[in-house]
Amino acid sequence: MKKISQSRMFLLLLPITMLWSCQTKDYSALVNKDIEEFRAYFTERFPEVELDDFADGVYAIDDNAREQWLAMEDFPPYSIAVEEGQALFENSFSNGKTYTDCFPEGGAVRHNYPYFDEQRNMVVTLEMAINECRSANGEPPLEYKKGDIAKISSYMAYISRGKPVEVKVSSQGAYEAYLKGKEFFYAKRGQLNMSCAGCHMRYSGRRLRSEVISPALGHPVHFPVFRLKWGEIGTLQRRYAGCNRNIGAKPLAIQGEEYRNLEFFQTVMSNGMHFNGPASRK
Amino acid sequence: MMHIYMIAAAVFFLFPSSLVADEPGEEQIELGRKVSFDSMKGNCLACHMMPGGEQPGNFGPPLIQMKARFPERSVLRRQIWDATEKNPKSIMPPFGKHGILSEEEVDAVVDYMYAL
Repeated sequence: MKKISQSRMFLLLLPITMLWSCQTKDYSALVNKDIEEFRAYFTERFPEVELDDFADGVYAIDDNAREQWLAMEDFPPYSIAVEEGQALFENSFSNGKTYTDCFPEGGAVRHNYPYFDEQRNMVVTLEMAINECRSANGEPPLEYKKGDIAKISSYMAYISRGKPVEVKVSSQGAYEAYLKGKEFFYAKRGQLNMSCAGCHMRYSGRRLRSEVISPALGHPVHFPVFRLKWGEIGTLQRRYAGCNRNIGAKPLAIQGEEYRNLEFFQTVMSNGMHFNGPASRK
Repeated sequence: MMHIYMIAAAVFFLFPSSLVADEPGEEQIELGRKVSFDSMKGNCLACHMMPGGEQPGNFGPPLIQMKARFPERSVLRRQIWDATEKNPKSIMPPFGKHGILSEEEVDAVVDYMYAL
């Protein structure tokens, strides 16, 4: 009899204990386990590549392409965007303030983004923060994807080079955004039924026609990029939209929830690496 | 005896392809070749080495000796129609299932593959 009442008691308490354990979950431990597995996949696949070198994308794994890329780096095509970005960054708003009133360290804060804003319960990216700075100062927002916003972002990335990636996931809200980004990364989509992970994990280093597929590890670290195909500088989320279009999927809103969560997940996976953007890519 | 003729005739009208399509004509193979190389349709070269194609990708195996590798025509057709049926993780686009190719185009690609 006593035994039964004990087990009944346990059953009654079970939901409460489950709820309690949910609230005290160690989110960074869960995320760190993912990071470890994700990283191990690439370090086993490309044992000769150092962790930080994955920031160079496909040029870390393809010697032939790397040589051409290094030659291009003598006069990097993104340098004009950095200069123009600096001028835009230093320009005063009509109220006399500048971006430095929003961003400390003279704007060398690339490494503080993306982050999860607990009050607003959402991921905030650098490009989003740039536009929010403008709105706060009575300026119209810039169009996302390319142009001035990519130039300002490039300048801020440039003066933040070498800063470590340390995105934190320390609340349930942040973990949920992270999980949504993770699901996006692994889920097949579009007419061609492909996922980010399909090409950029399982087939990274293989050739699609003559193009070697870049490893996903470190993708966000080198953006914005001057892409020869674009002939100009563009943001990471512009690339997401292009990738989605390529696989016959509907490109989603730039700086919409889906892409921000994906950027959040991808940047978390790059924790421990160092920002080295902007960069040039084919 | 009469019954046998009737059954044979019924089989012929119900499943004409099973009796007629064994040897596809040159036109059909040419259509399959075009669809296979068209980058907006089959785009096979993106992932597979293929005779007559330059700078092939290497996601998938070379498309050679297809008849020996797929003695069963229906197995090859199903692979092109929806490769994830056999392997859910397959990265190969489900050409038939997702309407990338029409049924006729899938048939033509199978005929072309058999000619490789």
